[in-house]
Amino acid sequence: MKARVHVMLKNGVLDPQGEAVRHALGTMGFQGVAGVRQGKVIELDLEEGTSEADVTAMCEKLLANTVIESYTVELS
Amino acid sequence: MRAAVVVFPGSNCDRDLAVAFREAGAEVTMVWHKETTLPDGVDIVGVPGGFSYGDYLRCGAIAAQSPICQAVKAHADRGGYAIGVCNGFQVLTETGILPGALLRNAGLKYICKVVDLKVETSSSAFTSAYNAGDVIGIPIAHHDGNFYADDATRAELRDSDRIAFTYADNPNGSVDDIAGILSENRRVLGMMPHPERAADAGHGGTDGVAMFRGLMGALTPA
Repeated sequence: MKARVHVMLKNGVLDPQGEAVRHALGTMGFQGVAGVRQGKVIELDLEEGTSEADVTAMCEKLLANTVIESYTVELS
Repeated sequence: MRAAVVVFPGSNCDRDLAVAFREAGAEVTMVWHKETTLPDGVDIVGVPGGFSYGDYLRCGAIAAQSPICQAVKAHADRGGYAIGVCNGFQVLTETGILPGALLRNAGLKYICKVVDLKVETSSSAFTSAYNAGDVIGIPIAHHDGNFYADDATRAELRDSDRIAFTYADNPNGSVDDIAGILSENRRVLGMMPHPERAADAGHGGTDGVAMFRGLMGALTPA
């Protein structure tokens, strides 16, 4: 089984990289991009039967820094 | 004073920190990240700058899970002294020993220069040899030094006089210009600027010396 973890900076936390991407898109002529937030996707290859609680614990303890980041987990 | 300096794969300021401790008169032991305990009788632990574990995932995140960091956390929980500089500050926030987090610099650039720091409090072993309000020149060298904490944490830091240093001219977007903070018991300091790089005339500045001398004075049994 696989888990896909999306990690994003929380709303309200400045994302200078996203802001730089937004600026670049505007410079390239793409109009109407009001905001860009950049995060990361972490794919986990897991043993069958790994619980969502285990993946949540991985997120809480290492994959995300919950002071600044939020995360979502997709299992498949 | 007995100091231990932690060495991670990718640390690059460990020897500088050790030299600064030694010059102040401390006995210094280097401790590899795979160790599970600190040497007996250590008064202060130094977590140095660098790029621990390549800064993979987040700066300091992997280092914070290393065996030695569990020992550093236990040392801090027992009321032991610790200082984290630059990457070491990031490690201390990732372990939860200090609050907040360090984000990418607001201007996205790696910055390496001497900056003016304002000493916000002289009420700690680290800053007792300075006067509150002193402005000192200390080098910074970081890409992710943009200190972030939520409003409640910032208020708590301010109200409990735990902001150790602020930038006179904020280089990286840190909230409230914060360059360094203290733990609740004032025995752990985390800061992005490098006092160990302003500890010898050959460095071009010696404003960091007072920190190591102050520590020596506070932590050496009379």
